[in-house]
Amino acid sequence: MSRTQTIWIGIGVVLLALSFFAQNLLPDYAVRVLTITCINALLVASMAPANGMTGVFSLGHVGFVAVGAYAAGILSLPVATKGSMLPDLPGWLAGWYLSFLPSTLVAGCVTAAVAIVVGAPLLRLSGHFVSVATLGFLVIVNEIVINADSLTRGARTFTGVPLETTLPWALGWLVVGLIALGRIASSPTGRAWRATREDVVAARAIGIETQPTRLSAFVLGAFFAGIGGALYAHYLGSFSPKSFLFAYTFTLISMLVIGGMGSLSGAVLGTVVVTALSEVLRNLERGMDFGALSIPPLYGASQIALGLLFIAIMILRPEGLLGPREIRFPNARSPKETTHDSAAP
Amino acid sequence: MTGADTDALLVTSGLTRTFGRLVALRNLAITVRRNEIFGVIGPNGSGKSTFFNLVTGFIRADAGEITFDGAPIANLPATEIVRRGIARTFQGTRLFRGLSVRDNLLAAAALRSPVNWWDGLLGTPVLARAEAASGRRADELLAMISLTARADAKAGDLPYGDQRRLELARALATGPRLLMLDEPAAGMDAAETKALLDLIKDLRKRENLTVIVVEHDMELIMNLCDRVHVLAQGETVFEGTPAEVQAHPKVRDVYLGADEEAAA
Repeated sequence: MSRTQTIWIGIGVVLLALSFFAQNLLPDYAVRVLTITCINALLVASMAPANGMTGVFSLGHVGFVAVGAYAAGILSLPVATKGSMLPDLPGWLAGWYLSFLPSTLVAGCVTAAVAIVVGAPLLRLSGHFVSVATLGFLVIVNEIVINADSLTRGARTFTGVPLETTLPWALGWLVVGLIALGRIASSPTGRAWRATREDVVAARAIGIETQPTRLSAFVLGAFFAGIGGALYAHYLGSFSPKSFLFAYTFTLISMLVIGGMGSLSGAVLGTVVVTALSEVLRNLERGMDFGALSIPPLYGASQIALGLLFIAIMILRPEGLLGPREIRFPNARSPKETTHDSAAP
Repeated sequence: MTGADTDALLVTSGLTRTFGRLVALRNLAITVRRNEIFGVIGPNGSGKSTFFNLVTGFIRADAGEITFDGAPIANLPATEIVRRGIARTFQGTRLFRGLSVRDNLLAAAALRSPVNWWDGLLGTPVLARAEAASGRRADELLAMISLTARADAKAGDLPYGDQRRLELARALATGPRLLMLDEPAAGMDAAETKALLDLIKDLRKRENLTVIVVEHDMELIMNLCDRVHVLAQGETVFEGTPAEVQAHPKVRDVYLGADEEAAA
């Protein structure tokens, strides 16, 4: 394991230990923002393999989040609640109940299975075509969720999911996700992902098959999107089909693009930057009084500011804050290998 | 000239490919022997690149056969053909420009040391062995093309001559028996071309390679190749040793005619 990996894992473990105290010491608001940030960071990082590393720019990722959220929701509703909430549930599901961790894992696997089915035909496409096609997937998931009443309560709010996602759980899954994605991304598998991104023809010439390579990134990302969706479901307790549509897609994609596609540390950085900014701006837009000077409420200003930031980054730094680089820690043994990859933009 | 080893490595027969109404290659019959350096020349549009793309699986043949080491390979996917031992470079280079020089080689060396994604996730012994083997091969190739010092540079940042040699090394990293070079000297100056010539000759010996070269640089072809195949408008004009080719009147017609047209 590289020094960078070891240090990151160390940081993750320390933060995880701290989070147990933080959830009792910090105000509820801060705990909520941190928990959502962890879930979003996991979701953004799970977009990095496909969108950033293989260059298949999927716009349908939130569709996988929806699959994960509904799968986890259906599985973890207490059997008694299922009877009243989802009376038409197929028998084998109606009598089945899974607690938090198993339902989250199963949600991840279900989502990965959906990704195999969806990705097999879609990933033959390239460039803009795949983006449009994955957007189609997002819309299809939304329609299915709305129309599969017996499983999802249709357009009505799905509610009653046990509230189990705490800050340590969300952070724990983020750490697990980053370690798993990071290890695979730095292995020959990750190298093959990047090779297909750089040049599909040259990659084929050295034996890398485009479609299975892309599919592995897509499915792996979908697994963690499903996990994130499950965490989301267990955090909010209730959600509806429109929770997982264009607005959320835009939020996650802007986090990914601002942080730097193709970089896991970029995914986390982008999530933190966008979340921090939107929280600050959201509080500012309610208006303020500085003695004589008073700022009237400017509702919606935070969204405008975020949109402007997105545009500014695209113009000034189109590869995002980190681009394809990871934040690394110089290796004591061979400093020249890593020093040029510092975090500073 | 070709030595005692007359045993064929690559054989094509009746190889034909059309694009719309244009016949890019008609009934091509070529035999390339083990360990020889085989040149393919011809004016633009003579079918050289079509031949390359057919053999390496990047386009499909309309008719005809290709056998490699006795096994039919026509219309196999490109990824399978490289696995069987035919590696190629591209006209004008196609590197993974955003990856490091070393990663370009490691990506190719992975063909002979395959791992699964879970090996990377779990850090299995398979991964350790594969990374060690690929790493050794990459270091060896870096030394061969004198790019060890720039191993961590982005491939796209290298000067053009280095990029061409890196592409050659990347093809070698896949462990080929037959190496196909598409205009390897294009854009190189005289000194670089000479160095390339020496490198290819040296490689044939060291790696026990068979080489097919498509090239415009006549001097390189004449100094490098054991035999040369001349194409024009998708058909064979002549095949022989460099000396025979140079002396052949039909070849002079084809080449000089084309050159004059191009100049006009």
